[in-house]
Amino acid sequence: MNLLLIPLIPVLAAILPPLTIRSGRNVCAVVTGLATALALALVLSHAPAVYRGEIVQTRLDWVPQLGLTFSFFIDGLGLFFAAMILGIGLLVIVYARFYLSRNDPMGRFYAYLLLFQGAMVGVVLSDNILLLLVFWELTSLTSFLLIGYWRHLPEARQGARMALVVTGGGGLLLIAGMLMLGHIAGSYELSVILQRGDLIKASPLYLPMLLLVLGGAFTKSAQFPFHFWLPHAMAAPTPVSAYLHSATMVKAGVFLLARLWPVLAGTDAWFLIVAPVGLVTMLVAAWIAIFKDDLKGLLAFSTVSHLGLMTMLLGFGTPMAAVAAVFHILNHATFKAALFMGAGIVDHETGTRAIRRLGGLLTLMPITATLVLIASASMAGLPLLNGFLSKEMMLEQALGISYAGLPWLFPVMVGLATLFSVAYSARLAVGVFFGPQRHDYPAHPHDPPAGMWLPVAVLVVLVVAIGLLPALIAGPVVARTAMAVIGGPLPSYYLAIWHGVTPALLVSMGALAAGAAFFLAHGGIDRIRLGFPRPDAKRLFDRVISSLVACASWMTARSHTGSLQLYFAIILGTVLVLAATGFWSASHEPGTRDILPMSLPALVAWFALVAASLAAALRHHDRVVTLVLTSIVGLVVSLVFLQFSAPDLALTQISVDVVTTVLLLLALNLVPKTTPREGGPLLHWRDAGIAAFAGLGVAGLVYAVMTRGFETISSYHLEQSKPGGGGTNVVNVILVDFRGFDTFGELIVLGIAALAIYALLDHPFGRAAARRLAGIRFSEEARDAHPMMLVVATRALLPLALTVGVYIFLRGHNMPGGGFIAGLVVAMALIMQYMASGYVWANARARIDSQAMIGAGIVIAGLTGIGSFVFGRPFLTSSFGYFSLPLVGTFELATAMAFDLGVFLAVVGAVLLSLSQISRVQQRAERSPATDSPMDIALDADNTAAKEA
Amino acid sequence: MELLVASATGVMTAVGIYLLLRARTFPVIFGLTFLSYAVNVFLFAMGRLTINQPPVVSAAATGYSDPLPQALVLTAIVISFGMTALIVVLALRGFLETGSDAVGLASSGDDDAPPPRAGGDKARLPS
Amino acid sequence: MNNWIVLPTVVPAMTAALLILALPHHLTHQRIVSVGATLLMLALAVGLAVLAADGTPRAYFLGNWPAPFGIVLVLDRLSAIMLLLSAALALMVAVYACAGWDKRGRHFHALLQFQLLGVNGAFLTGDLFNLFVFFEVMLIASYGLMLHGGGGPRLKAGFHYVAINLIASTLFLFGVGLIYATTGTLNMADLAVKVAAVPAGDQALLKTGAILLFAVFATKAALVPLHWWLPSAYAATSAPAAAMFMIMTKVGAYAIIRVYGLIFGAEAGPLGGIAAPLVIPAALVTLMVGAVGVLASRNLRDLVCFSVVASMGNLLVAVGLFDGPGTTAALSYLVHSTLTGAALFLLVDVIAQRRGRQLDQLEPAPVLANGTLLGALFFLGAIAMVGMPPLSGFIGKLLILDATRQAPQAPLIWAVILGASLLMMIGFARAGSMIFWNSRDPSADPGGAKAVGGLSGLALIPVLVIGLLLAATTVLSLGAGPLTRAYEATSAQLLDKAGYVRAVLPPAAGTGTGGN
Repeated sequence: MNLLLIPLIPVLAAILPPLTIRSGRNVCAVVTGLATALALALVLSHAPAVYRGEIVQTRLDWVPQLGLTFSFFIDGLGLFFAAMILGIGLLVIVYARFYLSRNDPMGRFYAYLLLFQGAMVGVVLSDNILLLLVFWELTSLTSFLLIGYWRHLPEARQGARMALVVTGGGGLLLIAGMLMLGHIAGSYELSVILQRGDLIKASPLYLPMLLLVLGGAFTKSAQFPFHFWLPHAMAAPTPVSAYLHSATMVKAGVFLLARLWPVLAGTDAWFLIVAPVGLVTMLVAAWIAIFKDDLKGLLAFSTVSHLGLMTMLLGFGTPMAAVAAVFHILNHATFKAALFMGAGIVDHETGTRAIRRLGGLLTLMPITATLVLIASASMAGLPLLNGFLSKEMMLEQALGISYAGLPWLFPVMVGLATLFSVAYSARLAVGVFFGPQRHDYPAHPHDPPAGMWLPVAVLVVLVVAIGLLPALIAGPVVARTAMAVIGGPLPSYYLAIWHGVTPALLVSMGALAAGAAFFLAHGGIDRIRLGFPRPDAKRLFDRVISSLVACASWMTARSHTGSLQLYFAIILGTVLVLAATGFWSASHEPGTRDILPMSLPALVAWFALVAASLAAALRHHDRVVTLVLTSIVGLVVSLVFLQFSAPDLALTQISVDVVTTVLLLLALNLVPKTTPREGGPLLHWRDAGIAAFAGLGVAGLVYAVMTRGFETISSYHLEQSKPGGGGTNVVNVILVDFRGFDTFGELIVLGIAALAIYALLDHPFGRAAARRLAGIRFSEEARDAHPMMLVVATRALLPLALTVGVYIFLRGHNMPGGGFIAGLVVAMALIMQYMASGYVWANARARIDSQAMIGAGIVIAGLTGIGSFVFGRPFLTSSFGYFSLPLVGTFELATAMAFDLGVFLAVVGAVLLSLSQISRVQQRAERSPATDSPMDIALDADNTAAKEA
Repeated sequence: MELLVASATGVMTAVGIYLLLRARTFPVIFGLTFLSYAVNVFLFAMGRLTINQPPVVSAAATGYSDPLPQALVLTAIVISFGMTALIVVLALRGFLETGSDAVGLASSGDDDAPPPRAGGDKARLPS
Repeated sequence: MNNWIVLPTVVPAMTAALLILALPHHLTHQRIVSVGATLLMLALAVGLAVLAADGTPRAYFLGNWPAPFGIVLVLDRLSAIMLLLSAALALMVAVYACAGWDKRGRHFHALLQFQLLGVNGAFLTGDLFNLFVFFEVMLIASYGLMLHGGGGPRLKAGFHYVAINLIASTLFLFGVGLIYATTGTLNMADLAVKVAAVPAGDQALLKTGAILLFAVFATKAALVPLHWWLPSAYAATSAPAAAMFMIMTKVGAYAIIRVYGLIFGAEAGPLGGIAAPLVIPAALVTLMVGAVGVLASRNLRDLVCFSVVASMGNLLVAVGLFDGPGTTAALSYLVHSTLTGAALFLLVDVIAQRRGRQLDQLEPAPVLANGTLLGALFFLGAIAMVGMPPLSGFIGKLLILDATRQAPQAPLIWAVILGASLLMMIGFARAGSMIFWNSRDPSADPGGAKAVGGLSGLALIPVLVIGLLLAATTVLSLGAGPLTRAYEATSAQLLDKAGYVRAVLPPAAGTGTGGN
């Protein structure tokens, strides 16, 4: 039978409850129960094999590269836990059916429960420790859901979060621990790891690994100082507490300690850490439990105390102690689950869990009383019950322990803890059931329906049966399980009620007496206790978290201030530092290329540029002046290109500058003309510093480059331009042919920019924006928008400009020019119409939609590229031929020129679209009076049309 | 010559970065313009400087300047033109919408202010 | 030569152009074309992935010019994976947008296609300057998407985004310039050969160029302290745009893997391993900044933004190893974090629309419509993002931890990664329990009445998309075995520089015939 199914069945079945809940709560519960029962049956079907001493395994690859596999195995320990988880799960499901009220979404509850069940079974059956990790974290997640089930209760939400943070956090430690363990052992399969104990204990990584693993185990099993989350998890519905916090999840940590016992235990480190942690937990929790007034709170702390007991026993590292631990796990599961359910019944029937408000229920709810009394007697360790037996074994072990040279430490402490456990058990039993009947119970108490007490009864029967006939009933289980834990031969022991008068017996008898006395006096002691300051773990935890959040908020707010200046400064600073260190960390020699002689015009131009730049920096508060200075710089830059034999660049730069300047002018019409003076001198000097440093760096780099020779691939371009590309203007051939793909991207960038601009300005203006726009007043001369001179001039110029454009375009392939520059020229000519004659006039006469133009440009360029597919050539492969035409003379046509046409169209379309949009906004500002600008008016007719379409 | 070009590039870079670090949108835009001038010259200079040797194939030519960087600069100019145009309009519209051309984010860090897109998307579905 | 390789750039370009040219005003047609094209794109990507699966890099010589003189595209396992990822994401986003987002401004679908073009081009190109061009295409399209829908705060944040990226682009040009000036080439394969042979005197210049380039990629990948654009931009933009942007940070990571693995890899002589010492420390800081931000967030959108920052930290820790296991882990985490982040951005959008006045603020609100379903989705998304089992985040994290085991700073790295996970766990737990558990009854809330409810028709699409994305992370986790094998093959191929060079450069470089 495939082990994989056992955890899988509950997980998959988790979808059933929400589906079946429509057909009634009973159906829902039955379905859930059946799934669990099926899984349980599967587990038990392996029992014979396991008890023959075999180990059943299944294996399925998941991520072999990580050593993460779906491999499961079932041995004594796995069988024991799996059976316990599913068995008690079954009881809890029955119990919950009657516990949950009609307004509780039962489907969700059972779904969560099944998910948790599957994860838990996965933990105890995993053969692969990484897989175990997966299930481990899953139990944390699902318990988060279960604890937060009553989402409307704040304490439920907080309890859930606390549990998740503590156990999930522990899980993170466990991740590291497991990775190290697997690394040391050379395998992630438990069945292998368990064979390599010596190797692992000898490894230098043993101690850190141990600490990490223990971190995971202790958080899960609520060991001191992580014990605080468990009581707050009690905000969960009682069935959840009975399940997670008595039998299953909290035992996962203990399970892990037991599982890895053969490879981790037995070292000093193990003993020195694990045993005292268990002891302290046992003692402290027991003490707190005595004074808890909330039934579930009391049970929670007693659980913590018992977990401490088990941890301590495993910590001793002796086989006999391990046997005792196993036995106690079994016993504790039985009586504690019974007690939780019993407390749930009391709560359910009386409407309160406060011991102070209870008492005298013995006669009112006899069945419940009997069951709970027996269970709590077992918890107190009264003879003839199972709690007594394992406690005897525990004492026997503890009495022999000498810690840190103190032979009395453990005996005394353990004795005290036993005493306390008697006291709180007594408090629970007596406080709830004995004493006079009261008349102020919130509800009228009576025994619940059988469905609720039967599960308790089943457990209590076990309690008694094991108590009376330990060897017969629990013997084989304990033996087989302990064998799996120890991973070797069992020590000689026998489970029996009577071992003769042993020190252990005396201690527990003493503890019983003293405990009873303590119980009688606990009221007084409580008053004394309250006099002392007591650390409140929850408030502490909350404070830690909230201060963590506060700190995080502070850091984030301080770093992400939303100040672009700061961001720029940091970015530029970082880049400068990186670059400088990069440069100085590598070898550098000055170049040997000979320098070009300086010329006077060049010097003049240099002065113009530097002066204009610096002036721009100083006068940047006046935006118009800055614009003028900027365009001067641009002009000089194009002269530089011209001077150093780059005519195409010069042409492009100059035409682009014209367009940019127009654009900025249009924009400046609509925004403040001046920049207010802001920021202290310190800021300015900081900025000046960064700027100067960067400037020096760039100057140095470019000088260093220009003064050294190099080998470049462009010699090939010069050779191939004419024969291969059919053009003499190498730059243009590179643009449309060698690197045509760049240009393809480039024209698309231009097109997208225009579209984005269009989208930005087309977006309807909100009221505020509209008012601002309308508020802009234009000086008188600007108001007279269309001076006759300009209108005439531009309209006359238009055809001329167009011809020039065509000319530049056609010669582009061989002489400086080309589609891009031509496009700019034509676009400018058209823009002039808009500026001179106004948007409305020009737009009305615009034959073609400039958006379509952009699209067409891209399509043409793209198709030229695709065309070469037909000839079995790659994208953008060019071909050319020569033709002759009157007037123009012989000229050449190349597919590259079709491509260039695409560029041309895209450029014209883009420039036209962007500029016309801005001038449109301006027109509107001039048109619209300051008042009555309704919200979201479309800017002009074609737009509304567009919207309606 | 090289010295002039280098120093000029440096000055343009420095001015560009200084303007970039101002608190208003338009100085920042001018800063970006200066930077793009600087980087264009820089990129162009990566092909070294030559005089009277345009990369236009002809029998008369004594030699050619490196055409590749020129092509790259051309592409760069076009792209930066598109970018500049966009950011200018962005600044413009931003000013019209918010009434301020400061570059800082108005609402950052404080949770009281409604999240950014609240203003943007809720009301604006064209009917 | 195989023309399929160029199609991932041609298809979106032509689709977008068609959308502008033919049907600029017909939203329904736009939707059909856009979704159809992305579907086609996905099929194409699958085909190319199959093609690349044989393990030989394929070069595509544009204009039929021999490398290194023309521009060359290269299809190898890595680019195939990235193409597949971007196509899948784009499809999800396109479909999601059809639920109404694309109505809120012009040209959403065209811009989406252009963005896809830029991203695909960046993944395919084997030429440094062409990479710049496609970065610009990708960015300017992203500006359009980022600003889609308008609104004052979005415009302000948009200005930051644009300005910072313009600086990055300028740096890119400085960097490329220096590299060309010292090596005389732009072709990546050619560079891989020539960088090792650069004369000692030029190495400082070349290294400076390489460093500048790294700064650019690091900015794209939101590596602290260059990450400033991310939180505000992603928080301010529209949900589908933010989801689509998940791929852009990955482009940065991709470029780092490609350029600093291939060109400035360990074998590149004195200039080898330039990036390695920088990446891991910065990545650790990034991870912490992200996790702290998650904890500090006061609304879901910020929460997701910072968790994305953190995920980039995780990813780049793995990238920074520049070895087989590291790259494998990085790829696994890359795919996972892209899909998860997208799912969360979209989910937050859906939640905000249903919470009335509170939007996604972390404060009590009226009971959420479809709270259980959305809660379940959020729970899954959080698990994936925090990196808890059983979803793909856990696998990715394990792979990273496993890969960093041998690194000198291993203890530190592990501590930061696990610590960050804890902080994020706390952050997500607080947020989730506040949004989904801490609901107030509507009567107590006058303004919050207009919470949207009901899931039917168009309203169903977003939830389906989110569900698909999260289902994908589950598949990534369950199928982690074969996937990881594929990633291993990919990183092995990346380490084989010679193979890449052989595919691109002719045996005797410098020869080759003209265009026709």
